Amino acid sequence: MDEEWVDGPVVRPYWVTGGRTADDRDDLDLVAVVRATGVGPPAKLLMGPEHEDILAFCATAPSVVEVASQFDLALGVVRVLLGDLLDHGLIVAHTPAPVARFPNERILKEVIDGLHAL
Amino acid sequence: MDSMRSDGATDIGMDAVMAVKILVAGGFGVGKTTLVGAVSEIRPLRTEEALTEKSIGVDDTSGVEGKTTTTVAMDFGRITLRTGLSLYLFGTPGQDRFWFMWDELAQGALGAVVLVDTRRLGDCFASIDYFERRGLPFIVGVNCFEGAQVYDTEDVRIALDLDDDVPIVVCDVRERESAKQALITLVEHVLLTTRPAATVGSAL
Repeated sequence: MDEEWVDGPVVRPYWVTGGRTADDRDDLDLVAVVRATGVGPPAKLLMGPEHEDILAFCATAPSVVEVASQFDLALGVVRVLLGDLLDHGLIVAHTPAPVARFPNERILKEVIDGLHAL
Repeated sequence: MDSMRSDGATDIGMDAVMAVKILVAGGFGVGKTTLVGAVSEIRPLRTEEALTEKSIGVDDTSGVEGKTTTTVAMDFGRITLRTGLSLYLFGTPGQDRFWFMWDELAQGALGAVVLVDTRRLGDCFASIDYFERRGLPFIVGVNCFEGAQVYDTEDVRIALDLDDDVPIVVCDVRERESAKQALITLVEHVLLTTRPAATVGSAL
């Protein structure tokens, strides 16, 4: 199926964030890579199970969209939760250089070769 | 392309990690998911979007008048071309009035493949308009559907009122090689369009 309407989970999407939205977060690009720092969460930090699951997954250095997909959470929700982890230094986020902004002949040729080799 | 340059640019060099983002657009049922799936593992992605006035009267909101967001579902795929260089393919949501609100998808994108079904040519107009307005490089992929009449690509160009330099490829997105070729055509097109820009400036 190409597209479908999904009703989503039985709780409203932003329930897991306590109603917080990520409107002010611009440091978590769709394709930013998030990686666990290995720092343990401070004892007084109350993390929800979603935080814990996401933090564990961040050991594999996924991108923001991959985290959303993995846990079937809306992108905005994931941004809030990742933002919490980021604020406490439990993960670092790195925005990859978008090739589009710096079109470089060598990189573009590398992409073409990579596609041929798939 | 666009002159917006976010502060994210200062990150460059930190890890020398690069991402190429390509959009796969077109009307409902034209084969966007099939194309993404032909070259990578398909992964679903959900996002909550605010309902704007655009969709009021289009979406039936009777009974849920308090509803101000709607779920937009799309697909993406990630291909690791080499360590530090990933290719992301995003299938744009089929409901055009939703994905245009989502300019974030197009931000930093290298370009787009607009899939066309010649039996429903009008379905792709909105996508083409959008990419032309944004100045985002795109190619047109005429997806071969069984039972559809085969048209010459130049007839398609006239019907879509496409500029001469927009490549048109005939493809069967169920085939991996064909899907790959559509993507390669796009990257080659970007290569050609950026090359003169680098030496001549931003002359159109």
